[in-house]
Amino acid sequence: MSQVNDFAFKIGTVNGTGSASANGLIMQAIFRMGVPVTGKNVFPSNIQGLPTWYEIRVSKDGYTARTPHFDLMVALNPATYAKDVAEVRSGGWLLYDSTWPLDEKLKRPDVTYLGVPLAEMCNATFKGVRERILMKNIAYAGALAALLGMDTEVIKGLTKEKFSRKQALLDSNEKAISLGFDYAKAHFDCPLPIRLEMMDATKDSILIDGNTAAGLGALYAGATVGAWYPITPSTSLMEAFKGFCQKYRRDEATKKNRFAIIQAEDELAAIGMVIGASWAGARAFTPTSGPGISLMNEFVGLAYYAEVPAVIFDVQRAGPSTGMPTRTQQCDLLLCAYASHGDTRHICLYPSDPREAFELAVKAFDLAERFQTPVFVLSDLDIGMNDWMVPTLTWDDGYRPDRGKVLSAAELDQVKNFYRYLDVDGDGIPQRTLPGVHPKGAYFTRGSGHNKFGGYTEDADEYQEVLDRIARKVQNAAKAVPAPFVRKAAAPTRMGLITVGGCHAACMEAIDQMTKEGIALDYLRVRGFPFGDEVHDFVANHDVTFVVEQNRDAQLRSLLMLETGVGVAKLESVRYYAGFPMSAHHVVSGVKAKLERAA
Amino acid sequence: MTYIAKPKVHHPSLKKNAIGLTRRDYEGAITTLCAGCGHDSITAAIIQAFWELSVPPHTVAKLSGIGCSSKTPAYFLREAHGFNSVHGRMPAIATGAGAANGGLMMIGVSGDGDSLSIGLGQLSHAMRRNVNMLYVLENNGVYGLTKGQFSASADPGSTSKKGEVNTMEAIDSVLLALTLGATFVARSFSGDKGQLVPLLKAGLAHKGFAFIDVISPCVTFNDHEGSTKSYAYTREHQVEVVQADFVPIREEITSEQDAGTVKSVMLHDGSWVRLHKVADNYDATDRDRAYAYIRERQKANEVLTGLLYISSDSRDMVEQNEMVDAPVYNLPFEQLCPGNAELQKLQARFR
Repeated sequence: MSQVNDFAFKIGTVNGTGSASANGLIMQAIFRMGVPVTGKNVFPSNIQGLPTWYEIRVSKDGYTARTPHFDLMVALNPATYAKDVAEVRSGGWLLYDSTWPLDEKLKRPDVTYLGVPLAEMCNATFKGVRERILMKNIAYAGALAALLGMDTEVIKGLTKEKFSRKQALLDSNEKAISLGFDYAKAHFDCPLPIRLEMMDATKDSILIDGNTAAGLGALYAGATVGAWYPITPSTSLMEAFKGFCQKYRRDEATKKNRFAIIQAEDELAAIGMVIGASWAGARAFTPTSGPGISLMNEFVGLAYYAEVPAVIFDVQRAGPSTGMPTRTQQCDLLLCAYASHGDTRHICLYPSDPREAFELAVKAFDLAERFQTPVFVLSDLDIGMNDWMVPTLTWDDGYRPDRGKVLSAAELDQVKNFYRYLDVDGDGIPQRTLPGVHPKGAYFTRGSGHNKFGGYTEDADEYQEVLDRIARKVQNAAKAVPAPFVRKAAAPTRMGLITVGGCHAACMEAIDQMTKEGIALDYLRVRGFPFGDEVHDFVANHDVTFVVEQNRDAQLRSLLMLETGVGVAKLESVRYYAGFPMSAHHVVSGVKAKLERAA
Repeated sequence: MTYIAKPKVHHPSLKKNAIGLTRRDYEGAITTLCAGCGHDSITAAIIQAFWELSVPPHTVAKLSGIGCSSKTPAYFLREAHGFNSVHGRMPAIATGAGAANGGLMMIGVSGDGDSLSIGLGQLSHAMRRNVNMLYVLENNGVYGLTKGQFSASADPGSTSKKGEVNTMEAIDSVLLALTLGATFVARSFSGDKGQLVPLLKAGLAHKGFAFIDVISPCVTFNDHEGSTKSYAYTREHQVEVVQADFVPIREEITSEQDAGTVKSVMLHDGSWVRLHKVADNYDATDRDRAYAYIRERQKANEVLTGLLYISSDSRDMVEQNEMVDAPVYNLPFEQLCPGNAELQKLQARFR
């Protein structure tokens, strides 16, 4: 049975050997053949010498979630042979480096073994040690091209583009591709039943990771100050922002920068810099991950209470503590929603893929400035660091930043008195002034008790009045955060499924599968916090709602219970939190298990 | 606490500065610190310095952390924005504000607890970055607001009010600043306004991180015998090594009266600092020798004061980051957003 444009394969190598460029080449070649494709990089918290894998899923139907079922394994790391062999589906294939014999014990009767003498060929063809290692990767890409029926012109075109200015590298790469390609053609029945055929399903799409997209969003939103402390998996967000700024934010005449990127001494300082910059009127942000959020908690409370905008990207990774820094999770949902000591509640946005990471990055700055409060954008390692196929990004040139109620010098000239924390028009949002603008705008920003006029207070009523107004203000943001994504089942149903962020792809695929099996589910994905009416109505209007998420403690379910008041009996938790991205398989089996128990 | 408003009625005969303001225009709320607190004298010197420099108060941002010293920005420049941040973390706020608006004149006020314990890291990195601000460390060797614990600047062998002896080494902020590459390092005494005011003025004019440690006795918890941060001890052991005059822009230095003992350093804005060598062999433009001399005199229990070090080639954070001259916080959006046509173009690399 042939599987055209519908299969998954996995490549196991040693990190630091240059396999990333070969894997990128394969992904991009499939994409350029017009075939929907996604890649998941499973990498260690290490620079060189530990096992690393790259998973590629080809799906003519456009499913982008991870699948744990692999038709083909490229096993090039002897340290993980046993594990890799075990992961191939029955009837699948395994490509290995036959320079060395494969341990007979690793042979499975239900798997076809494809030996390619990668090292031997590369050692014979290339000279330097480094080049031999690097080209081994390109050679397996060549072999895969033959085995999967990749378009050779596409590969040649890609290599030419990549090394257009480095003739020597271009020659080596072309040679290495031919080595693998020709060997596979000569020794195996190419292409395999799992194979590619040209399609036309990617021309309106791009392959992009969420961190790059979020960095681009920060650029387009007009952010001018970025402060950060390097932490996996958020680091590439600031690196992307920096790259874009260097291209688009340099004054042509003076070559000077219309931005500041400050690498802070720690996350405590990074968020402090963001608050300082926002207080002075800039759009400022910091990207981080869970441990960084923990450190930022004190300052987040100050920004909440003193009402200073701040945008914080939390690219979540598996916790607690250092946890698994290179594995994905959605484990900071509660942490971010109520970050810091005292009574706090924060606006959170939850992108589900890189395109939304771009859009919600922009939204985050608007909300932070309009509501004068910290805004968290919670993506995760899978969204942030993996290449996703998403629709091409677009930008509305009519967009203007919502800077909120910031009084200008001219406006301050007109007012009799300015009071920082006065609710002048009933929406809970006070007026703000920037330092250095006007003598009448002066006020004292403080995290200690203050009254609505901005003065220090320890008076019970004055203190509570401000605190209650801030609660009202943040609650009002429920109407301003992005509405949830909703997809009703074809037929009326009393069952719903709610999820958040990167679980979206898996849930959509799972619902399609279950629909075919007669299980109908209405679907809602929250995109913002505080939850709006749609979320309240959804849980109220279904007898049971499955809550799908990636953390041990069912944090989204807790949030739903806390915020909507719905009882635990109506919310069935479906979780996967071992560090890999959610797959449809997890959702389907989780929902079915609950249904069977209920039956 | 800042709820006690100070009356703004001025006597008509009060002297006015170049922009027509009196000293009263540079004041803030009435202090709530203990009577006789060194910090209040520093506040008075700060008011004097700003008045003498004729700075429009609203162009200043005054920042602090947490503690007695950190309350003081409420007591000066009522027309300036203030930011009383969290404990030990004012430098990060200042760094961000300075990045957003390079045109802000920033003064940070902190204490020895705020700067040398919880905030040691942030202070160090603000110095490394050379954030353009005046940073005043009001140093009393004690945690006043929590009633008398030793701070990290308490000298070994000094005693608390209750008689406890401090056994740990002190962190000396000026030696730290010299080590970390601070571009302006001074030490003064709250009881010596004549010395302090010119230092504050020079610090405000300095482009980069101007650090002034001011010994500021805590009359309630650290002014007893056995303390090395008391009024009596400081008066007895203070030795001024370099006396600094601040010479504003456009006032030319006409003659070097005391050739050999006076050195002039031009600041970024064209103003000058004139350094009068009080001690022999001291050169306030030589970091290494300054460090060695301060260390040596400490062994003789001398508290050296004055402008201890000044760099003539200071490049502040904004310059190091090669930022445009205009503050980035209000650049026109068109200069920040590349637009849709460019977005479509740049996505070629993602295909």
